Amino acid sequence: MKKRTDGQGAKTMRRILSLLAPQRAHLAAAVLAALANVGLSLATPVLIGRAIDHILGPGAVDFDGMLPVLAALVGAVLASALFGWLMTLCTNTVTYRAVRDLRRALFGKISTLPLAAIDGAARGDFMSRMTNDVDQVSNGLLQGFSQLFTGVVTILGTLIFMFSLDPFIALVVVVLTPLSLFVASFIAGRIHAMFTRQAEVQGRLTGFAAEMVASQKVVKAFGYEQRAEARFDEINKELYHYGVRAQFYSALTNPCTRFVNGVVYAAVGLTGALSVISGRLSVGGLSGFLSYANQYTKPFNEISGVVAEFQAALASAARVFRVLDEASEPPEDAQAKVIRDCRGMVELEHVDFSYRPDAPLIQDLNVRAAPGQHIALVGPTGCGKTTIINLLMRFYDVDSGLVRVDGSDVRGLTRDSLRGCYGMVLQDTWLFSGTVRENIAYGRPDAPEEEIVAAAKAAHAHSFIKRLPQGYDTPVAENGGNLSQGQRQLLCIARIMLTDPPMLILDEATSSIDTRTEVKIQRAFDEMMAGRTSFVVAHRLSTIRRADCILVMKAGRIVEKGTHEELLSQNGFYAQLYNSQFAPSEE
Amino acid sequence: MRRLTKYLRPYRLQCILGPAAKLIEAVFELIVPLVMARIIDVGIAAGDRGYVVRMSLVLVLLGFTGLCCALFCQYSAARASQGFGTTLRRELYHHINTLSHAEIDRIGSSSMVNRIVNDVNQLQTAVAMLIRLVIRAPFLVIGATVMAVGIDLKLSLIFLAAAPIIAFILYFIMSRCVPYYRTIQKKLDRISLVTSENLQGVRVIRAFSRQEAECRRFDAANEDHREVSMRVGRVNALLNPLTFVVVNLAIVAIIWAGGLRVQSGALTQGQIVALVNYMNQILLALVVVANLVVIFTRAAASAARVNEVLELAPSVTDRAGAAPAAGAAGTPRVEFDGVDFAYSSGENALSGVSFTAAPGETVGVIGGTGSGKSTLVSLIPRFYDVKSGSVRVNGVDVRDWPSAALRAQVGVVPQQAVLFSGTLRDNLKWGAPQADDAALWAALETAQAADFVKKLPGGLDASILQGGQNLSGGQRQRLTIARALAGRPDILILDDSASALDFATDAALRRALRRDVRGATVFLVSQRVNTVRGADKIVVLDDGAVAGVGTHEELFRSCEAYREICLSQLTGEEAERA
Repeated sequence: MKKRTDGQGAKTMRRILSLLAPQRAHLAAAVLAALANVGLSLATPVLIGRAIDHILGPGAVDFDGMLPVLAALVGAVLASALFGWLMTLCTNTVTYRAVRDLRRALFGKISTLPLAAIDGAARGDFMSRMTNDVDQVSNGLLQGFSQLFTGVVTILGTLIFMFSLDPFIALVVVVLTPLSLFVASFIAGRIHAMFTRQAEVQGRLTGFAAEMVASQKVVKAFGYEQRAEARFDEINKELYHYGVRAQFYSALTNPCTRFVNGVVYAAVGLTGALSVISGRLSVGGLSGFLSYANQYTKPFNEISGVVAEFQAALASAARVFRVLDEASEPPEDAQAKVIRDCRGMVELEHVDFSYRPDAPLIQDLNVRAAPGQHIALVGPTGCGKTTIINLLMRFYDVDSGLVRVDGSDVRGLTRDSLRGCYGMVLQDTWLFSGTVRENIAYGRPDAPEEEIVAAAKAAHAHSFIKRLPQGYDTPVAENGGNLSQGQRQLLCIARIMLTDPPMLILDEATSSIDTRTEVKIQRAFDEMMAGRTSFVVAHRLSTIRRADCILVMKAGRIVEKGTHEELLSQNGFYAQLYNSQFAPSEE
Repeated sequence: MRRLTKYLRPYRLQCILGPAAKLIEAVFELIVPLVMARIIDVGIAAGDRGYVVRMSLVLVLLGFTGLCCALFCQYSAARASQGFGTTLRRELYHHINTLSHAEIDRIGSSSMVNRIVNDVNQLQTAVAMLIRLVIRAPFLVIGATVMAVGIDLKLSLIFLAAAPIIAFILYFIMSRCVPYYRTIQKKLDRISLVTSENLQGVRVIRAFSRQEAECRRFDAANEDHREVSMRVGRVNALLNPLTFVVVNLAIVAIIWAGGLRVQSGALTQGQIVALVNYMNQILLALVVVANLVVIFTRAAASAARVNEVLELAPSVTDRAGAAPAAGAAGTPRVEFDGVDFAYSSGENALSGVSFTAAPGETVGVIGGTGSGKSTLVSLIPRFYDVKSGSVRVNGVDVRDWPSAALRAQVGVVPQQAVLFSGTLRDNLKWGAPQADDAALWAALETAQAADFVKKLPGGLDASILQGGQNLSGGQRQRLTIARALAGRPDILILDDSASALDFATDAALRRALRRDVRGATVFLVSQRVNTVRGADKIVVLDDGAVAGVGTHEELFRSCEAYREICLSQLTGEEAERA
């Protein structure tokens, strides 16, 4: 078990390093600057010592000799500071770029993940990875760099000085100090587990808070506040549990290594003192040694502190990489064709599909839409109407069978060009946090103002937009909170009106719009869609009645097919559905 | 910051004992060189091997005691900082729960969540660092200064001169960085927002093949974040080099001035060495202080963001002495009396709305898109307060109800069918925590959802993904209706809740509602005449004003707006037949 986590840690580490690879130049500059910085700061005590050597006693102070040394000292100090500053700048650059790249990769993953993965993911947890976990990686890298570089260089520098003084005692130091690293790495294993848990619980907390805060209205409507708080508290307590441990264990490393180093210091004192007594070392030599031993162990303390911070970064990085490693949508065939001048012939042949292998949904579905036909999908909820749209748009791929547009298998077409053939309006409206204008122009950001207004007029959104505080420049609140559901739908329809697509998919697109407006919008759609293929899921008779072909679905199959009149005369399932609308509700 | 310190109060003990333990460790650390000096002066001088060994053991013992003190301090820091963070998160979330939608919209839900998690994290770190380092670093600085004064008063003036310069540097950098850190958190909000929008709108984005444009939008936010981080990094990067330079220049000054003092015989060489050493010790402590400063500036920015939320006053609060009302016989269940309402900005969304609804009555609300239908019903459970006029439930103004009791009376089925991750049973029990399975099934039955729930793997224990993504739109809607019914409310509000239902289900639902919720007052908000025409009373809204109240027949005859709606939906014959 431990072995495995170690292996994973190393793998995560390698991936972090590969993330830094593009910043090679800055990284190298940072190392050079660190070398210069530490070298110069190691030189300052030497220069200070030499300057003091010129102060011998009353009347014996050599100011002339001291001046150049002090000048050199000032120079060294300024240069060291400059290099220190440069080093930080370089490590900042490396870290912030790496972090930016990591966030970009994470975001880019959203656009390649299959829809099933996104539908099933907890959004808040994903967001926590995007913000909190990446922040943690950033902290780890920043600290790691600044302390690791200077630490390692300081250790090497003092080692050289010590060996030149007395190889034997130096050896004692060299053999004993890694003890502290051993202690640190022992603790690190524990920390890693805690940090992993902490990051997970934090993800859950974020997920919960995000879900609840976004649906605050429902929470209030049901007086769910207290129960929501109770659940929040539960997760929060768990976070506290792991938080205290992660914090404490990670804070263990520094005192523990300091203690080990204290023991080493005592050992050096002991062997050194015994050596002096037996005449192998001078008292001055011993004091020099002790001060170097002190200097030598300090960076170890710092490095062990970094180890803790780094464990947190590793745990968080692993969570980020887990998302990046999820399987993407199968890549597009290199020969995938771009569909041009779509005529609008759509065929589904023997299509089988289900979201979960254990619950078959669509079986042996056959649909053929000739160019220009208006197809209505009708059936009880949950019968698979929306699923057909998912398949047409290739949000999901069929399990078996074929979907063809203009005679070619959709899997041989580029996704973008296929989706570009359809204009789609869903019942779940989606607006983003831009202005009303930007939301309408979503499909054609470069559309001229007149066309945007024309589209809004066609969607009968113009009059309400005009009445908004800033008209077309009114910002849409997060989740469209400042608009009514019907208004949001009107904007989504205007969006489609502007793109003027060759085919149309409307999934309950007008469900929240009043019928007077709907009739007018329908007219605009009719004009736009004359001679173009369209698929409509609707419950309103007016929409369905005009369709060239009504597909009546039941439990994933098409049970009836024909025009309104044909189906009524068949007196089957459709007729039953139709009549039920007029069944007197007063009974 | 001061506002937040009260959350530290329960950890007073840790906040005092932790640093105290750290202080002991620091003192022990100072004793170590003294013991080493004894080894050299006494042990080596006398050639006493036994003494050397004993003193070495004392060193180890000192180290061990120091270790224990340090561990105690670290544990205190962990307890206090995490406890503080946990309390703060709870308080924040609790406070957000008291806010109305208007306030949440102002800050945005992704920013709210970032404040609960990310900003509190920053504050937590600051508290931990405070306990670990706050005593030690100043102790070393002051101690070294005192020692320096003891050696030579005149030379120690250099120490005192260096102090304000360093203080100025710290102040300068802090003041420059705080606004940057605030911007960084704001940029982080933006990153969250774009991410959340992309997860939510994935279908639309793919339908328009706008993935690349979305990536660019994200890149812009991401790049912004990096740039501000870099900018603040550039300022922060100055901190250590500047203090290093100031302290070392002070050392140069000490050597030069010290040379003069030694020349005149006022000081010895050894004392100069000691002064230089103290200065170096101060430098080391200052490096720690500098790190603290960085952490604190970041925390100050986060504290401001957390406080911003805590200071938001909820616009809807319970009045003192609010009590639930049972309603005497003959009082209308719900009464709108000259109600005007406007969202925070803008013109009236409702004006002069008056009507009553008796127990057991079904009230249809119909009107054009944006005419104020949803606004009207959201005043009943007091999601917002009226501008003038009043809304009364059981004869008592809703503002005089305790809001929990009021909302317990009202079952709301919102327009957007929102379900929460968890089991189906969890979702149904939202409005009725005590309900048993039989009651839940009855609610499902009425909501026309029992059939499909029976087919779900696990039945009531079937798991629901976030937002109910694993169900169809119509299934989600029926579950939200069942959720509202399970609480057996006196007032049931269906806000266009059948829009995703097919006719058959819609009709069956209405029949079942008539049958099963007899005593309740039901509000049916709809676009469809068919949905409302069986209602006892229909309220026709036109641009925020009541265009007519009455039954279908009355309104069809007398209300122009209503007739228009009818004619747009029904054939003339169908309208007549009604």
